[in-house]
Amino acid sequence: MIEVQHLTKRYGDLTAVSDISFNVASGQILGFLGPNGSGKTTTMRVITGFMPATGGTVKVAGFDIFDESFEARKRIGYLPESPPLYNDMTVAAYLRFVARIKGMPKAAIPDALDRALTRCGLTKVTNRVTGHLSKGFRQRVGLAQAIIHNPEVLILDEPTVGLDPQQIIEIRALIRELAGHHTVVLSTHILPEVAQVCEKVVIINAGRVVMEDMLANLTQGQTLEEVFLKAISQDETPAEIQKPESLEVPA
Amino acid sequence: MRNICTIVGKELRSYFVSPVAYVVLTGFLLLGGWFFFNLLSRFNLLLSLYLQAQGQEAVDRFNLNDYVISPLMHNLAIVLVILVPMITMRAYAEERKGGTYELLLTSPVRTGEIVLGKFLASFLFIAIMIGLTLIYPAILIAFGNPEFGIMASGYLGLLLLATVFVSVGLLTSSLTENQIIAAVSGLVSTLLLYVIGWPAETAGEVLGPLLRYLSVTEHFAEMVRGIIDTRALIYFASLITLALFLTQRSVESLRWR
Repeated sequence: MIEVQHLTKRYGDLTAVSDISFNVASGQILGFLGPNGSGKTTTMRVITGFMPATGGTVKVAGFDIFDESFEARKRIGYLPESPPLYNDMTVAAYLRFVARIKGMPKAAIPDALDRALTRCGLTKVTNRVTGHLSKGFRQRVGLAQAIIHNPEVLILDEPTVGLDPQQIIEIRALIRELAGHHTVVLSTHILPEVAQVCEKVVIINAGRVVMEDMLANLTQGQTLEEVFLKAISQDETPAEIQKPESLEVPA
Repeated sequence: MRNICTIVGKELRSYFVSPVAYVVLTGFLLLGGWFFFNLLSRFNLLLSLYLQAQGQEAVDRFNLNDYVISPLMHNLAIVLVILVPMITMRAYAEERKGGTYELLLTSPVRTGEIVLGKFLASFLFIAIMIGLTLIYPAILIAFGNPEFGIMASGYLGLLLLATVFVSVGLLTSSLTENQIIAAVSGLVSTLLLYVIGWPAETAGEVLGPLLRYLSVTEHFAEMVRGIIDTRALIYFASLITLALFLTQRSVESLRWR
C-alpha cells in the first residue's frame, strides 16, 4: 500500500533522510520508530506530499506522490505533530471544510461527518469551537480530520504526545480499531505504544533505516526497548548528520 | 473551482465569526461618517459665505463632486492604506503559525487555488466594507444633485485601490508566520505605493514619469476626477497579478524548505 524506495531528503547541506526504503502492506499498522531528530517527521512529510524528496520515490496506493500527487493525496489522511486546527471554527464546520478540500462529493459529507464524530468520540463537542477544546479533544479532532474522507492510508505523527494516560489509552484503542480499514503509519518514540498497537516496526536512526521487521520476530525473548537500543547503538552516526534539532521544523 | 469556493467560504466565515470583521467595519464606517459629516458642513459653510460675498455666479461653480465626494474618496483611501494590511495580516501567517498550512498543502488542492481563494475572500470583504459607504453618495443623491458618473468612477477607483492593497497585504502575510511583521510590512508597502509619486516633480525627466506611473495615488486621483484611463486599469491589473503570482511562489516555496 505504501512503497518507499531509496528516499533521500536534504535541506541544503543537511541530509535529514538518506536512502530509506520500506513497504507497508494493506491494512497493516506500521510503527515508525526513532530518536528525536532522526528524520521521522521529514519522512512522513514526504509520504504525504507536503514536500518533494531530493531523491527516491514514494508510492501510495499505487500512485506516485510526486507525479500523481492529487490521486495519492486523496487517499491519505495525515495528522501532523500538532493537530492542524482552525481555532475559530467549530468542530463540525472544521471537519466539513476538511472533507471538502480532500475532494469528497458534497452528498457524502454528512454521513462521513457523523461517522468521524462517532468514531473519535466527538459527538458531545460537535458545536464547540476548536480553540476552546482541551488537548485531548484537539488531538481527537486531529484524528477525525485525518479519517473523515475515509482514506486508505493514515499517517499519524506522534498522535499521543502530551495526552494524559486515560486519553492515551483511548487514542490507542481508536488506532487499533482503524487498522484493517486503513493502512496506518504511526510515528512515535514511545516504545510500549508500538508493542501494543503495531504489527510491523521500522526503526530509523540519523536518517537511515536500521531495522525493519514484524514485531513478533523482533521481540522473541527480548523486549522492544532492548531491540531499539541495540539497533540504535550499533548504528554509527555519520559525521554529516549531527544537527538533529534543525530536522524537525524546516520552516 | 470547487476548491476555490471552499476556501473563500472558510475565509469569509473566519472573518465574520471572529470580532475582526465587526471591529474593522465599525471603525471604517465611523471614520467615513466623520469625514462625510465634516466635508458636508464645510461645504455648507462655504456655500453660504460665497452666496453673501459674491452672489449666484460664484455659487454655481461649487459642486458636491469636487467639495464633498472627491475629498471623501481620498480620505477613505488613506484609511484603507492602514486598515487593509490589518485585515489581510492573518491570511497566511496564521496558517503557518498554527500548522494548518500542512493540512492545506497535503490536500488535493493547487497552491494557486489556495491563493485565489484567499484573495477572493479578502476582496469580497473589502467590497462589502466599501459597499457600506455607499450610504454617503446615496444621501447626496437624495438631497442634492451630484454627478453620478464621476461618483461611479471614483468608487471603481477606490475598489481597485483597495484590491491592490489586499493583494499586497496577502503577499506580505505569506512571507512570515508573525502577524505583526505581516501587518507592518504590509502597511509600509501600501503606504509606499501611496507616496511613491511624491518626488516625481523633482526627479527628472525619466524617473519622474516612472514614479508617477508607479504611484497608486496618481491613477486613483484620475478616477476620482471621473477619468477612467486604460493605463490606470492596466496598472491596477498588473500590480494585482504580480502580487498574486509572488504570493503563489511564496506559498509554494514552503514545500521546498
